[in-house]
Amino acid sequence: MIQRQAERGKWDIITGNHAVAHAARLARVKVVPAYPITPQTTIVEYIADFIERGEMDAEYIRVESEHSAMAAAIGAAAVGARTFTATASQGLLLMHEVLHWAVGSRLPIGMAVVNRAVGPPWSIHVDHQDAVSQRDTGWMIQFVSSNQEALDTVLMMYKVAERPDVLLPFMVCLDGFVLSHTFQPVHIPDQADVDAFLPEYRPPHWAMDPDRPITYGNLVMPEREYMEMRWSIHEAMLRAKEAIREVAGEFKRAFGRYHGDLLWEYETEDADILVVATGTLASEAEEAVDLLRSGGKGVGLVKVRSYRPFPGEEIARLAEGRKAIVVLDRSLSFGQAGPLATDIRAALFTAGVSTPVVGFVTGLGGRDITYEDIAEIVKIAEERVKEGRVRPVEWYKLRR
Amino acid sequence: MAKTVMDLARGPKYVLPGSAACPGCGAQIALKWVLKILGGRAVFVIPACCTSVIQGPYPKSAFKFPVYNMAFAAAASTASGMARALRAMGEEDVHVVAWAGDGGTYDIGLQALSGAAERNEDMIYICYDNEAYMNTGIQRSGATPPKAWTKTTPTGKAEMKKNMALIVAAHGVPYVATASIGYPADFLKKLEKAKQMRGFRYIQIFAPCPTGWNFPVDKTVEIAKLAVDTYVWPLFEVEHGKLKITVKPRRRPLKDYVSLQKRFRHLTDADIEELERAFLSRWEALERLEAQGTIFL
Repeated sequence: MIQRQAERGKWDIITGNHAVAHAARLARVKVVPAYPITPQTTIVEYIADFIERGEMDAEYIRVESEHSAMAAAIGAAAVGARTFTATASQGLLLMHEVLHWAVGSRLPIGMAVVNRAVGPPWSIHVDHQDAVSQRDTGWMIQFVSSNQEALDTVLMMYKVAERPDVLLPFMVCLDGFVLSHTFQPVHIPDQADVDAFLPEYRPPHWAMDPDRPITYGNLVMPEREYMEMRWSIHEAMLRAKEAIREVAGEFKRAFGRYHGDLLWEYETEDADILVVATGTLASEAEEAVDLLRSGGKGVGLVKVRSYRPFPGEEIARLAEGRKAIVVLDRSLSFGQAGPLATDIRAALFTAGVSTPVVGFVTGLGGRDITYEDIAEIVKIAEERVKEGRVRPVEWYKLRR
Repeated sequence: MAKTVMDLARGPKYVLPGSAACPGCGAQIALKWVLKILGGRAVFVIPACCTSVIQGPYPKSAFKFPVYNMAFAAAASTASGMARALRAMGEEDVHVVAWAGDGGTYDIGLQALSGAAERNEDMIYICYDNEAYMNTGIQRSGATPPKAWTKTTPTGKAEMKKNMALIVAAHGVPYVATASIGYPADFLKKLEKAKQMRGFRYIQIFAPCPTGWNFPVDKTVEIAKLAVDTYVWPLFEVEHGKLKITVKPRRRPLKDYVSLQKRFRHLTDADIEELERAFLSRWEALERLEAQGTIFL
């Protein structure tokens, strides 16, 4: 069955952005509000091509800003259409207000975020500050490490987001240029197989409909259900952890590919040290693990795919009994530390796990971090632990 | 129009009693008429504005039609998404209405409005203009008339009011109209016309606000009528780029209008004269535009 489906699709050598556009087409999204921003641009160009060549049946809204892109996506989802948009950096920041609105309305909008640094100064290169700054909006946030994973995760994204026990919007994050503009072999599944995996969306809750009029989002006084609504979003986010696991399993059964669920582990079983990273830093870290292991070091990799919901308990379980956890952050909470490192420290503390966490902030604004760099980072981390000098933030490749 | 105003008044109700509107609210009167004409076959986007409150607090609602409450700047963009999704889903007979105040239209929502107008999105955008940020407690907006008192212009607004309807018309949209609850027949005719058309339709309805303008609550309709009669609020439409002044009243002195409202009580006779000249100039400009035939393509 899996073999047949793999044969049924086609292989191509394409960029990450092209893979994402194929995924939006295959997901049969009905409405695509689009506003260009580097390095997301080619996603919305490919989708325009698909639509105008008749290969994709969707309404394409050439909006005048990202705020409007997300608002239009919300409007479309509020009448019950599967909706897709894509953005990056400043565009995602401009959306911030309405990102919250999509969550509060429990609309399962799908979005691709091509991670890019935030200005000023202008930088178009990879950095996770854009997505990480949306951490507390209630969007599910997932990072991918390859073009194939980007395509597959966009398909899984709708399956998770539209589940009646979840109903939350979902952003799939791919690294600017490193994936968005880099060619890799990608299997593009057959439409019939995607249709079988991802049926048409029918809103299980309310929708804007004159035959069933409801007032959505009116004023809620303090003693009414505002707080309960927030709680229910949190609960849905926690249920989404199970949904992400189940959908990753369904996807594997349908297409024969598995990129991990909330996490992806590599060589963790006997590792003394775990490197924790996201996006293409994680794929680079996979190489670093091989390099270090060839030199006799017991190192493994935990790739965080799902940043929200955050697999804190899962990471704490993996961390138990190790010598050190080395966290790579491509973003920063100024005055605090790397956001991923902070989350992991909280998770370990909550679970009573005392493994030291050495957090590195690196690769900001697209500064290149190779597998050799990551091997070096692991060595620095080992020294810090040995000397008992674990600090909130370690900077790597900072010139000063 | 087959229906009379009285027929409509007796028909089904979509804005139900028990709303949270202030007594004498002009916006609510306008909204009632809109729903009557659309017969409830519409989905509404309402950005932050007085109507966010008028509908009443959760879990109740005074509105018997679908309403999606939205963030301030996003009325026209959200309505764009709804209109396109309905088309994608094959829904032909449902109107998409963006119902926004002047702040959400003239100011914070202008970019989204301009984008939707330029794309000729299939919606009816209705701006109810109460000439200030009333829901936040009377602060000046781009729609506040010159010299008017608000809490952020305690000695009177220094600037003119935006020519918003003409700004929208300059996008070359199918239909733009100004309207007044003081002239319901004209208003209903324009709503009826907008309802029959497709594409981007814009109606800007004058909505006197007893709370913010400081006048007795039983004077709302009278003040709306006086605004037209003193050339403060000319009634016109721009259909496929051709402007027509739909009501040409015999001009009454501006004093009749401003003297009823305490937001203008600091005005001297010279101020009133200056204002009168400004409104008259705008009226004459409209007459010139009317005489030109097609002005916007």
